[in-house]
Amino acid sequence: MTDAATLFGLCAAALVGIGVYALIVNPQPLRKILAFNVIGSGVFLVFGVIARRGAAVGLGADPVPQALVITGIVVAFSATAMAVALLLRLFQVTGRATLSTDASHGANADGGRS
Amino acid sequence: MTEALNLGIAAAVLALAIWTVAVRDTFAAVVGFVAYGLLLTLVWVQLAGIDVALTEAALGSGLTGAMLIGAAARLRRTEAAARAERPGVPTRVAAALVAAGVTAALAAAVLALPDPAPTLAPQTAENIAVTGVGNPITAVLLAFRAMDTLLEAIVVLFALIGVWSLAPDRVWGGRPGPRHHADPDGILAYLARVLPPIGLVVGVYIFWVGASLPGGKFQGATILAAMWLLAVTAGLADTPPIGRTWLRIALIAGPVVFIAIGAAGVAFAGAFLAYPDGFAKPLIKIIEWALLPSLALTLALIVAGAPQRPST
Repeated sequence: MTDAATLFGLCAAALVGIGVYALIVNPQPLRKILAFNVIGSGVFLVFGVIARRGAAVGLGADPVPQALVITGIVVAFSATAMAVALLLRLFQVTGRATLSTDASHGANADGGRS
Repeated sequence: MTEALNLGIAAAVLALAIWTVAVRDTFAAVVGFVAYGLLLTLVWVQLAGIDVALTEAALGSGLTGAMLIGAAARLRRTEAAARAERPGVPTRVAAALVAAGVTAALAAAVLALPDPAPTLAPQTAENIAVTGVGNPITAVLLAFRAMDTLLEAIVVLFALIGVWSLAPDRVWGGRPGPRHHADPDGILAYLARVLPPIGLVVGVYIFWVGASLPGGKFQGATILAAMWLLAVTAGLADTPPIGRTWLRIALIAGPVVFIAIGAAGVAFAGAFLAYPDGFAKPLIKIIEWALLPSLALTLALIVAGAPQRPST
């Protein structure tokens, strides 16, 4: 039991690292949103490991961190929805989907339809 | 045997996470992310978190995936230009070092977790009888930490307001998303007729058993939202204009009932969101029944996105 928790704890640590790398390196905003979600799932998994280690009195895991994770998943969904909506609006207004302020990068910068 | 299974799941989760990050095509990355989320539910099952596994499958992987796939499809022609912005080697090396540092710190923290682990499970088990519900997660969400759940329902509502507010002025009050047309004899329209009745039963069942078994309003509401979105995608239903009064009332009804019951707690039980003795279970049920339709509608409309067409 402790072994499974430790294994998935290390897995969660690796997931957060993968997400952080992608968040910095990937230039596309949508890929950054994906990376943000990978980081989030890794953090939630750490909570799950802590909950599993707190198994007691017949409960398979501590329900308090698990309930916090459920709330966290819903809030992460809300934040993702907000980010996607901002990105689609950016695309609608500028015809581009980039965070770069350098106009020379956008080959189709005139494609805006407001 | 279990150890081999766990190792296999962990390896597959990591491989899919790397695929999601590394693959060139964003559409493929999003599909990888959905598969990754579904595999994560197996990890949650192995960690004795069935309620979390349901939420991850429905919301974290399903609805988030649907939203991201829609966005990836619309942004497809910006891909080539964006790829040219890929940072140079120094940035990538620095990012790898930062990521490795974060992973090392987290891994050290995981290995240094205290033993025996601190836990609130005994307190939850001791006090759960007062609430009258059998599922400890539901007891935490709606009795011990009801404030979190109230704020969570309001966060979802705010997210919808945020998404709507990004609509261009000329379509304000209009319908979200394009009007979908699918072949009425095609497989999509067929599934959109066959699946919703089944999904409706499954969604309400998952909601209903949430009081005593794994499940609950968020998981149930997500399934209901998905069924409605399926009908919309197949062209069998259309999204409502967001200016409609009935829609606004339906969206806020759940949180309003929650707040009203919380405020009544001040008068009858001495604290906001406190339940009078013996009334905990019926009040929790009322809150859950009121939240279910509001949440299903809010989640579905968040995925549908900002208004795109005038209401006529």
